[in-house]
Amino acid sequence: MDKVATRDGFGKGLLKLKDRKDIVVMDAGCSDSTRTQEFGRHVPERFFNMGISEGDMICAAAGFAKCNKTVFAAGFSCFLLGRTMDQITVSIAYSNSNVKIVGSHAGLATGEDGPTAQIIQDVAWLRSMPNMTIISPADGLEAEKATIALASHIGPAYLRVTRPAVQTITKDEPFVIGKAKALEEGDDVTIIGSGPILSEALEAAKCLRETGINPTILNMATIKPLDVEAVRAAAAKTGAIVTVEDHSIYGGLGSAVAEVLSEQPGSVLERIGVKDTFAESGSGPELYKKYGLDAHAICDAAKRAVQKKVTISA
Amino acid sequence: MKSIEELQSLTKELREDILTTVHGAKSGHPGGSLSAIDILTVLFFDEMNYDPAHPEKPDRDRFILSKGHATPGYYSVLSKAGFFPKSELATFRKLESRLTGHPHPKIPGVEIATGSLGQGLSVGNGMAMCAKLDNLPYKVFVLMGDGELQEGQVWEAAMTAGFRRLNNIVAIVDHNKLAQDSSVSELKDIEPIDQKFKAFGWHTIRIDGHDIADIKRGFEEARSIDKPVVIIASTIKGKGVSFMENQLGWHGKAPNDEQLQQALAEVRNG
Repeated sequence: MDKVATRDGFGKGLLKLKDRKDIVVMDAGCSDSTRTQEFGRHVPERFFNMGISEGDMICAAAGFAKCNKTVFAAGFSCFLLGRTMDQITVSIAYSNSNVKIVGSHAGLATGEDGPTAQIIQDVAWLRSMPNMTIISPADGLEAEKATIALASHIGPAYLRVTRPAVQTITKDEPFVIGKAKALEEGDDVTIIGSGPILSEALEAAKCLRETGINPTILNMATIKPLDVEAVRAAAAKTGAIVTVEDHSIYGGLGSAVAEVLSEQPGSVLERIGVKDTFAESGSGPELYKKYGLDAHAICDAAKRAVQKKVTISA
Repeated sequence: MKSIEELQSLTKELREDILTTVHGAKSGHPGGSLSAIDILTVLFFDEMNYDPAHPEKPDRDRFILSKGHATPGYYSVLSKAGFFPKSELATFRKLESRLTGHPHPKIPGVEIATGSLGQGLSVGNGMAMCAKLDNLPYKVFVLMGDGELQEGQVWEAAMTAGFRRLNNIVAIVDHNKLAQDSSVSELKDIEPIDQKFKAFGWHTIRIDGHDIADIKRGFEEARSIDKPVVIIASTIKGKGVSFMENQLGWHGKAPNDEQLQQALAEVRNG
């Protein structure tokens, strides 16, 4: 199957929504990268390229939303969020404005542009934001469906999309905000991930099965609100959890899962994510390898988790 | 449409409401409310088109208090206009009240939350752009402080409105010359305000922000201009209360019982 970037899935989703008159799309001067450009070509009257001024765009998006529009406001995630936490707090989240903030080029997968373009703090920032929904789709197909689902969701949301073309690993079924989906089922350990890094988890599953460990792979595309029941059920079923994200290990999916597990003792946890560091330039796969986000690292973490579980229960 | 005398008499009543509201809350921002109240009065009781019984009417004129701390003035005006009962002003800043220290859209008549300076003009641009998209005739009014012009986002928004030739947005600068801890000119001078806005494609109007006839004239002129308009209103922080006028200390402080009585007497006779 062809590889499709999650940002491309977002662009496709927008095009499918183009006849909905309440939808307005904005961009901060990078519409060719965020893939809002095609929507702009088809529906120029409802597309506003606001220039390189993210704070101004976020607040103007809130203005549209307060006039009953459903707004998708896109940009490079680093700057779109990094420059606008205050605008998002006051004009979007606290005001409960119906704006979908779409941040592209998240994570080390962005690659060669280096740390100023590889945001690894975005989920942490927005998890603490009241009223905010956070979705990190695993592949182009899921990004497209999530975009369509968000268009019918009322309230602030953040859609985290990424640069490189990635394998399609999800099924063509409706996207439900707030529900985790199992990609594989096994009894020994649960790998909970979000975003395209899940394809690394699926690779890791192959290596684990070779050693007799059968993992469940859980796609936690909605990071907030977290599917707490799915985390609890996974902990009860497998007793060992590994979280996987192309994001800092602080404040993201791993932290969200750890918060749930800390209130429910009895399972072990390993977290895969960017340790407390900025990365560097390099290709996405090279960075994944060096910073411990690849299938090999996930496989090792899962083995450690299973070993710890065995030690505790022994 | 109200006469100048009627509007003037309203401003006295609203100044009293500002003072009693801040006194009742034991905190709040009287200085910047008193500097803005004459402008707010003309806006809400002469200039703007709205229906307090239907605050969501699509063709209503929009108002954004970008200097969100001036809630004692804003809420006094909203209650006088009929968006909520005047008795509710006594709950200002208190637990369980809708009347939070800074505005929130749960309050009837309030379009969006403000309280972080520099955001309102961008929000107003979005609403003005939406009016064009929806082919609706409404106007958007954004009230900013003069210290607020030190926020960089104001100039991003000024560039947006100028570039898009938004002829349905009117910004008003409450130019009271005092920020929280310093005079604006000592803090980081914002002059020449006119030239800055002109360079961004705006029409500028200077008015005396405490002269009702002059405020009316400013809005009238704004109506005839086919691009974004900024009205720079020369005002006095704490206007109407002798011991508050031009005093830094009255940016965010409530009068005590004795000060309240003196202040009320002054604004009644003012």
